[in-house]
Amino acid sequence: MAGQKVAQDTGDLVLNRVSKLFGDLRAVDDLSLTIPDGSFFALLGPSGCGKTTTLRMIAGLEEPTSGTINIGDTDITTQKPYRRNVNTVFQNYALFPHLTIFENVAFGLRRRGIKDVKGEVDNALALVELGHLAERKPSQLSGGQQQRIAVARAIVNKPKVLLLDEPLGALDLKLRRQMQIELKRIQTEVGITFIHVTHDQEEAMTMADTIAVMNQGKIEQLGSATELYESPRTAFVANFLGQCNLIKAKVQSRSGGKAVVSAKGLNFEIPLTRVSTDSESILMGIRPEKLRLDDHGTNSIKDCVVTDRSFVGTSTQYLVRTPWDLDLVVFEQNDEGLHNLRVGDKVSLEWDPEHTFGLDGSQDVNAGADLDDDE
Amino acid sequence: MAFLHTVANSTTGPRSGLKSRSWTPYLLLAPGLIWLVTFFIFPILSLASTSTMVRPEGAQIGTYVQEFRLANYIDAFQANQEQYLRSFVYAGIATILALAIAYPLAYMIAFKSGKYRNILLVLVVAPFFTSFLLRTVAWTQILGDEGPIVQTLKLLPFVGDSMRLTSTPFAVVSGLTYNFLPFMTLPLYASLERIDPRTLEAAGDLYANGLTTFRKVAVPLSMPGVVAGTLLTFIPAAGDYVNAAILGSPSTKMIGNVIESRFFAIVDYPTAAALSFTLMATILILVTLYIRRSGTDELV
Repeated sequence: MAGQKVAQDTGDLVLNRVSKLFGDLRAVDDLSLTIPDGSFFALLGPSGCGKTTTLRMIAGLEEPTSGTINIGDTDITTQKPYRRNVNTVFQNYALFPHLTIFENVAFGLRRRGIKDVKGEVDNALALVELGHLAERKPSQLSGGQQQRIAVARAIVNKPKVLLLDEPLGALDLKLRRQMQIELKRIQTEVGITFIHVTHDQEEAMTMADTIAVMNQGKIEQLGSATELYESPRTAFVANFLGQCNLIKAKVQSRSGGKAVVSAKGLNFEIPLTRVSTDSESILMGIRPEKLRLDDHGTNSIKDCVVTDRSFVGTSTQYLVRTPWDLDLVVFEQNDEGLHNLRVGDKVSLEWDPEHTFGLDGSQDVNAGADLDDDE
Repeated sequence: MAFLHTVANSTTGPRSGLKSRSWTPYLLLAPGLIWLVTFFIFPILSLASTSTMVRPEGAQIGTYVQEFRLANYIDAFQANQEQYLRSFVYAGIATILALAIAYPLAYMIAFKSGKYRNILLVLVVAPFFTSFLLRTVAWTQILGDEGPIVQTLKLLPFVGDSMRLTSTPFAVVSGLTYNFLPFMTLPLYASLERIDPRTLEAAGDLYANGLTTFRKVAVPLSMPGVVAGTLLTFIPAAGDYVNAAILGSPSTKMIGNVIESRFFAIVDYPTAAALSFTLMATILILVTLYIRRSGTDELV
């Protein structure tokens, strides 16, 4: 519509105690979140965790059951989607099949009554490096090209916030990697807030400055990729991002900046700063690449047996069984220190205390572990 | 067919089954082909031949000989111009009305019906379970002088006592609209249902309000359905005679009624045949122009 007012706010996107119920299902549960202006933010979680619903509420395609959404000082909670200064890159792109690429990209500009769209559309197409396809129809483009057009169509409107709903889900692995770099480049270039919804932890870690891991309508943990990976605070986050070994243990003492815990008669040390609970029973976590096949460290388990071995190029992955029949995953770099063990070989494990973390022991050890990446 | 044999024979080796397989396409085509030749090609040739026949002086009624008299066409057209034109006007109005009624209905079923979708679709087709003729006769009751509509309308201050609906153009057009509504609704539904609801959401996300989204996205994407629906309504409606016969009067006669009476009452086969051909040709021309104009050749 000509001259239609579209909000021109600046500032952070703030979700304040937002809930969304579908019947009895609490898709988003009392979620509060501040997304800084200009950041690349990822909402990561398994399917059904409420991440897409959150995104749709920001886009205005769903209305929250309770709570408010603000951009800067403006409350946009009930604002119609076509009045929001927010644009979306939809899953499967949702390009208009009856319009040319040029008209697809020009759609938003024309709706806002801008007559001379040529320059801006050309710029947007140049940004995604597809200027030469302007006169084609969407059906004549490959998946990757359609994906980039969807980005151009949204970005040409210079929104405050760009929402990306599983934008790379339909692409094959190689193209996905390429587009991850591409999207990151575009975000740096245009400097607007990107909110990226994905169930692919690797995608989230590669692209986003900040990641919010969602589970069952709530945020489990929020932080940078490194923080989430190295210092997860819940079993869900530990298992969902990469692989993790979790061992049930009891705290024996907390002093001198370290906690001593015991499991099956063995004592281990964890720096107190890396224990995120006051509870007596904890889950001791160690990432597979932090485990070493030696026995002279502070934290070690002797008399283990290799039960499986697979070679994956850069590393060799072992499955090692402890004397009390717990399977631990060990990644060993394929360099000169390689042990080259066989299934059935006796082995010891050791790791540094500072690579250990302690989680609340009341959680399910397997939370978030067996969730398939593909929806 | 010879080339198929060549192909079959030129492939040497143990694949002897290939020869018999190469006949499969023809076998599959045969029933349809035989049907078309018997009930379409043959009658249409016979009709073409009849249309230029002439009744010899003093011959018995129903006896015609072939004289290739093309003037039959001009005579037939000139004598029935009025009914001819009326057919297209009525069919045109009925098509527009059917489109106006069917579009919101189809849109609702496609996007808003949820779990009731299948029930609603069955209801759209439900009229087909009773005879076309019976349903049209039922309309004489609905529109009759003692019927609910006339009685209700008469309560209005500006409607006179002499008001009636049967035997009026209104009744005929209503009948046509009603009878061909499912043919409009189903193709519309089919094309609306194919639209990805996300494209509509995307339009909203790109600053289009509800009306603009409808105009700029839903309508263009449903054009194949609009074209198919209007053709499936307009073509049979233009040639229809049942509605005009049952719901109309002599002053609402359509070309279908003329053809029918020429064939069965007056036994003037050449005129009836010539009218049929003219009708067919006109419809073909109109349809071609329409499809060209609507620019959906690539979409259909």
